[in-house]
Amino acid sequence: MFYRESGDFKTSYAADQQTFPIRFDRWAIGLVCAFAFLVMPFLINDYWEKSVLLPFLVWAMAALGLNILTGYCGQVSLGTGGFMAVGAYASYKLTTSFPELNLFIVILLSGGVTATVGILFGLPSLRIKGFYLAVATLAAQFFLVWLFNKVPWFYNYSASGMITAPERTMLGIAISGPNSPPWATYLFCLVIVVFFAVIAKNLTRGRIGRSWMAIRDMDIAAEIIGVAPLKAKLSAFAISSFYIGVSGAMFFMVYLGAAEPTEAFGIDKSFLVLFMIIIGGLGSIFGSFVGAAFMTLMPVLFKNIMVGGLGWPTDLVSHIIFMLIGGLIMFFLIVEPHGLAQLWRVTKEKLRLWPFPH
Amino acid sequence: MSPDFLYAVEVILNGLMAGVMYSLVALGFVLIFKASGIFNYAQGVMALFAALTLVGFQTGQVPFSHLINAMFGTDYHNWSNGMNNFMAIVLTMLVMIAFAWLVERIVLKHLVNQEPIILFMATIGLAFFMEGFGDLMWGANIKVLDVGIPSGGSFWLEDVTRGWAAEGSEYYGMYIDVLDVWAAVIAVVLVVALTLFSQFTKTGRALRAVADDHQAALTVGISLRAIWVIVWSIAGFVALVAGIMWGSKSGVQFSLSLIALKALPVLILGGFTSIPGAIIGGLVIGVGEKLFEYSIGPMIGGATENWFAYVLALLFLMFRPQGLFGDKIIERV
Repeated sequence: MFYRESGDFKTSYAADQQTFPIRFDRWAIGLVCAFAFLVMPFLINDYWEKSVLLPFLVWAMAALGLNILTGYCGQVSLGTGGFMAVGAYASYKLTTSFPELNLFIVILLSGGVTATVGILFGLPSLRIKGFYLAVATLAAQFFLVWLFNKVPWFYNYSASGMITAPERTMLGIAISGPNSPPWATYLFCLVIVVFFAVIAKNLTRGRIGRSWMAIRDMDIAAEIIGVAPLKAKLSAFAISSFYIGVSGAMFFMVYLGAAEPTEAFGIDKSFLVLFMIIIGGLGSIFGSFVGAAFMTLMPVLFKNIMVGGLGWPTDLVSHIIFMLIGGLIMFFLIVEPHGLAQLWRVTKEKLRLWPFPH
Repeated sequence: MSPDFLYAVEVILNGLMAGVMYSLVALGFVLIFKASGIFNYAQGVMALFAALTLVGFQTGQVPFSHLINAMFGTDYHNWSNGMNNFMAIVLTMLVMIAFAWLVERIVLKHLVNQEPIILFMATIGLAFFMEGFGDLMWGANIKVLDVGIPSGGSFWLEDVTRGWAAEGSEYYGMYIDVLDVWAAVIAVVLVVALTLFSQFTKTGRALRAVADDHQAALTVGISLRAIWVIVWSIAGFVALVAGIMWGSKSGVQFSLSLIALKALPVLILGGFTSIPGAIIGGLVIGVGEKLFEYSIGPMIGGATENWFAYVLALLFLMFRPQGLFGDKIIERV
C-alpha cells in the first residue's frame, strides 16, 4: 500500500542509483534521523545517555567495522577488543600530546592509527582463512592488550596504569571529561556514527564492496575473475579497523572517561561485537545497527524486569542473560543465518505486495 | 651442574606439564573436528561444566537452588552430604552423555552442511549458553575440587635435585607439582585408550570411517547422528578429565573456560585432525611459553604467557597453514 516502488519514476541516472530507491525508505530514514538529531537531544537525560544511547552508538560503530570485515569480506576476526584498545590509546596519546587538537580530528586520527595496525595484523589473512585466521586475530587481541598494560609510554607513566580522558571542549561545550552534558556527548557520537554509516553503505554498494563480497563468496574464483585478493583483503582490514578504532576512541573518550586495557578491551568485547553482527545480520549495514541495539538494550531490559520488577539477585540475572545470548546466537544461526536484517527484508517484501498475497 | 642450567631444566619440565594440560583440552577439539568437521569452541566450557557438575554431585548441592530460592523465597542448598567420588564421576558422565545427545538433537541436526565458520560461531553460542546454564545450575562461586589426586611439591625431587647443584650454590631444588605429573600420566593413559578404542572396536572403526568421508560412511550404513552423539560423549568424557585436572589445580571457576582459547594455538600448531599433533602441539606451546617467559619475559615486562602462544601460532601459520600433522589443505573452485 505505502511501501512500493510503483509511481516513483526515476528520470535520471543519479535518481536510479540512489542509496534508497524506494520513497518510503527515504522518508523513514529521514524521519528517524530528524528525530535523533532534533528531538532526542531535548529528551535525553543522564540515565538514557549512559546506559542506552552512548553504548548503542559506540557498539553500532564497532559492529559496522566488524561487519565490513566479517560480513562483507568474510574474514572472521576475534581481535575487535584489541583494535578498540588501539583506537582508545591513540586518542589518549594524541589528545594529551596536542591538547589544542579538535576532538573530531583526534578521533579520526585514532581511526587512522588503528587502520595501520589493522593492516599489519591483516597480512596473515593472505595466507590463511576461516578459523585459522580467527586464531591469528586472537594474537592481535592478546598482544595489543598486553602491550598497553606493559609499556608505560602508552598510559603516560601514570601510577595506576589507567588512562583518563581529559576535558576537551568543542564550541565551548565539554565533550569529554566529567562535566560534559548528555546531549553534547550524544550529538557528538551521533554525528560521527551517521556520517560513517552513510560512507559504509556507499562503500559496500560500490566497486570495493563488490570485490569484498566476491572474496567472501569464494576467494579463488574471485581471483580468477580479476579481483586482487591482496587489495581487497587488506582494504577490508584497514577500513574495518578504522571504524573499530573510531568506536574505541569514542568508547574511551566520550563514554567511559577512564579505562584499563584488560577490563575495558578484553576478549569478551570481541565476542560481543561478533554476536551483534550475527544477530543483526552478516553483510548488512542496517543489521549492524539492529544488532548493536539488540545487544545493548536486551541486558538493560532484562535487568530492569528481573532485578527491578521481580527482585531477583543481579548475578542470577546475569547468568540468565548469558544463556539467552548463547541461545539466541544458536537460534539465529539455525533459523535465520542472515539475522534480524533478513527478517526486516522479508517484512518489506510482504509490505510491497500487501494487501495481495502474491 | 650450575643453578642456571637446573633452573632452565625446571622451566622446561614445568612447561611440559603445562603443555600436557593444554593437550588434554585440545584432544577433545580434535575428536569432534575429525568426526564432524565442527570446530567446537565450547570444549573449554564443557570442561568447566563437567567440573561444576562433579563438585555439585560430590557436595550434594541442589541444582538451580539459587533460582528456586529467588523465585519461591525458599532456602534450599544441599539435599544430602554428597556422595563418593566414583558415584559422582559416573553421574557426571551420564550428564555429559545427556548433554551430547541434546546438542545433537537441538543444534547440530539443523546445521548439517553449513559452512565450518557458521558451525564455529554456533559453538561459541553454545559455549555462552552452557556457561550461563552451569552457573545457574550450580552457582558461580569458586569451588574446590578434590577427587583424591595428590598435589603439592615433591620433597623427594627437591632433595635429589639439590644434590645435583654445584657445592655452595644457592639452589634449593626443583619444584614440580605432583598433580601435574599425575595429569601427564592420565593424559598418556587417555590417549592410549582412545587410540585402542578407535583402532580395535567396531564403533571406533565407524568413527574413523566418518572422519574419512561422511557420505561414504552413510552409504555403508553408519548412522551419522549416532556417531555424532558418541563423539560428543567422548569429548564430554575428555572434558570431564580435563575439568578434573584443571579444577584440582586451580579451583573450579570461570577462568577454566578460557583454557579453550589456549587450546586454539595448540591445535593450529599440531593440526586440527591429528591426535598426536594435539599432544605435541600442547607440549611445544607449554615449553615455548614458559621458556620465553623465563628468558625474554623479564626484559619486556613479563606476563608474556598471555599472548606468546597466539603469536607463535600466527608465525607458524605463515609457513605451514595445515599445522605439523594436519591434512594438506587442498582448495578447488
